[in-house]
Amino acid sequence: MSLLQVQNLRVEFPTRRGTLVALDDVSFEIAPGEVLGVVGESGAGKSMTGAAIIGLLEPPGRIAGGQVRLEGRRIDNLPYEELRRIRGRQIGAIFQDPLTTLNPLYTVGDQLAETMTTHLPIGPAEAKKRAVEWLELVGIPAAAQRVDSYPHEFSGGMRQRVVIALALCAEPKLVVADEPTTALDVSIQAQVIALLKNLAREKGTAMMLVTHDMGVIAETADRVAVMYAGRIIEIGAVREVVKNAAHPYSAGLMGSIPPISHRVERLQAIEGAMPRLSAIPPGCPYNPRCPFVFDRCRVERPELMPAKANRAACWLYAPEEAHRLQESGLA
Amino acid sequence: MPEPIMLELRDAARHFDVSRPLLQRVIAREDKRILRAVDGVSFQVPKGTTLSLVGESGCGKSTVARLVVGLYQPTRGEVFFDGMPLAEARADASKRQRMQMIFQDPYASLNPRWRVSDIIAEPIRAFGLIRDRRKQLERVGELLTQVGLSPLDGQKFPHEFSGGQRQRISIARALSSNPEFLVCDEPTSALDVSVQAQILNLMLELQKRLGLTYLFISHNLAVVRQVSDRVGVMYLGKLVELAPSETLFHTPRQPYTRALMEAIPDLEMTGRTRIPVGGEVPSPITPPPGCPFHPRCPLANERCRIEVPAMIPARGTPETLVACHAVEEGRDGFLDGKPRLTPEPA
Ligand SMILES: Nc1ncnc2c1ncn2[C@@H]1O[C@H](COP(=O)(O)OP(=O)(O)OP(=O)(O)O)[C@@H](O)[C@H]1O
Ligand SMILES: Nc1ncnc2c1ncn2[C@@H]1O[C@H](COP(=O)(O)OP(=O)(O)OP(=O)(O)O)[C@@H](O)[C@H]1O
Ligand code: SF4
Ligand code: SF4
Ligand SMILES: [Mg+2]
Ligand SMILES: [Mg+2]
Repeated sequence: MSLLQVQNLRVEFPTRRGTLVALDDVSFEIAPGEVLGVVGESGAGKSMTGAAIIGLLEPPGRIAGGQVRLEGRRIDNLPYEELRRIRGRQIGAIFQDPLTTLNPLYTVGDQLAETMTTHLPIGPAEAKKRAVEWLELVGIPAAAQRVDSYPHEFSGGMRQRVVIALALCAEPKLVVADEPTTALDVSIQAQVIALLKNLAREKGTAMMLVTHDMGVIAETADRVAVMYAGRIIEIGAVREVVKNAAHPYSAGLMGSIPPISHRVERLQAIEGAMPRLSAIPPGCPYNPRCPFVFDRCRVERPELMPAKANRAACWLYAPEEAHRLQESGLA
Repeated sequence: MPEPIMLELRDAARHFDVSRPLLQRVIAREDKRILRAVDGVSFQVPKGTTLSLVGESGCGKSTVARLVVGLYQPTRGEVFFDGMPLAEARADASKRQRMQMIFQDPYASLNPRWRVSDIIAEPIRAFGLIRDRRKQLERVGELLTQVGLSPLDGQKFPHEFSGGQRQRISIARALSSNPEFLVCDEPTSALDVSVQAQILNLMLELQKRLGLTYLFISHNLAVVRQVSDRVGVMYLGKLVELAPSETLFHTPRQPYTRALMEAIPDLEMTGRTRIPVGGEVPSPITPPPGCPFHPRCPLANERCRIEVPAMIPARGTPETLVACHAVEEGRDGFLDGKPRLTPEPA
């Protein structure tokens, strides 16, 4: 059975000028020991999905529909206190913004130790010892000397590693990691990825990994979901999505990865910008930017359907549009 | 004729006192702990060019950036902006206006109580660049569009935006006073690759059109290759290699630079395992004597453990400055035709 099930999740932001739909009918599952990568346009709703799962949507944002289940049990409608306990013990969260997680008034060692004594059956001395071990595991040099440092005394990447250690140290069943490696150099990144992977493999931890770094996705994720304008528009095995994307947006995204092997005159990018939440067009949300758009795309909304080896929300893959798929060259 | 120099650092250093409180120190009979975040860095950035700094997390890149824009005073050494000592240049509003910084943390650098349009217009107002209110808003709208947002977004507050959208707001803010020199600390780390490409194309286009100068910091080596004229590699507060970008990616010389290139993520999913730089990351509080890389270096010998290598032209690629005894002594294998680490350009 899946460890995490997200079904038809809808998140809304009521505003003075009407209700914004930030997440629209988002569904996916993660099995124990599995890493689901989540990629997509900046502002597409990746962090929002993570926040909704762990019950930390910022008001006035609210879950307006759908369900979130952890080991079969609904957690989206639990009272605040109960959810908080589950969050601490069973879900580890790594936020995109390391400073909001770290308390500037406490040393990093105290924060780690406190998290462990709250959620694990260990005393303060053992917790302090493990705090140093965790700092070593995430590659902080001279961990024993720096365990008593305050967050502002660490570099951006070192703070990010402390946040990772904080999320993992209580041995959660599910880890929601939002951009955990952006501030890390390639070498430390490799080390952190190996750590996350080992956790998934050995302890059966399920992981939702949000990142813009396709290298990290390629090395860590088992499956990948691609988001655009509050929806999942493609989902499938990592290799198939990265190397053989079906949806025109995913294909454009993968085509925009800057090459490492040589310098180019102009970097490839998808033309235009994602629509604002208040101006998402009817039909397929990608239709104003899509090179393959046709009439149906502007009227009817595509659901996820089988597309190549994946599932994609694109009319080109409807059986009756097979001739268009042929012409598009995407097949 | 060589381009005039926009920025120069001469042996710049910044140390931090990270000692424990005096009483605790006396009880534990401990010395003061000095952390050498940046320890003697020299480089020049000619006008209209981009110098990138790369290196391990915590090696001192952001500290260099903060020294360059005057947020930290150097403990030792000097910083010159357009031929003038930095302190003098900072005291002069017309020079200050020419210099902006995009901070590594897009969350901490935006005032949460201000509307986005006021955040972006702030440098325009502070320097009195555009007086007319309506023209100010027009300019803000133009900047928002340039970074892939909408002029209507100006009405909102920072917390209403995603991480990458906030990063784009700080880029728009940095561009608003038409600076000639921009310090960009991880400017695109929160952006998807397509929006990142749009922003980098914008930066490159501004450079071509208006001759902007960039000091660029990034962990993403593919991005660094796309934007840089020259690249400096830092290790434990020091520059260890400085070379034209293509030379560096083609023929990295210093063993740490070579290890860094080996650790680049594998997008091709060929199953190649990344080789992380081996060994312990040393502490900047008690840096090793001699070459700072020697405890992890496969080429280290007795001399490396004692003598600090100086930055000198590399044998074989004299356009590269490198601090390495092995390169100087010709025992790094380069002259025997060591294979290149990245493929030849197509
Ligand atoms: N408090 C809020 N009020 C209104 N809209 C919001 C609020 N917070 C976020 N949004 C909007 O919700 C959308 C989704 O945001 P989210 O943070 O999930 O994006 P993301 O996919 O994580 O992007 P990034 O890659 O840039 O971090 C964005 O368009 C954002 O502008
Ligand atoms: N205000 C400070 N007080 C004490 N130590 C500091 C301070 N600022 C930075 N440091 C230390 O200086 C060193 C260099 O930090 P810096 O932020 O320059 O690194 P960086 O190269 O930018 O790293 P990253 O890639 O992780 O952002 C680190 O060891 C850091 O802990
Ligand atoms: S549904 Fe139509 S507009 Fe949308 S991605 Fe497919 S072809 Fe393009
Ligand atoms: S000086 Fe010696 S230790 Fe340092 S990088 Fe060169 S060979 Fe290695
Ligand atoms: Mg986000
Ligand atoms: Mg930094």
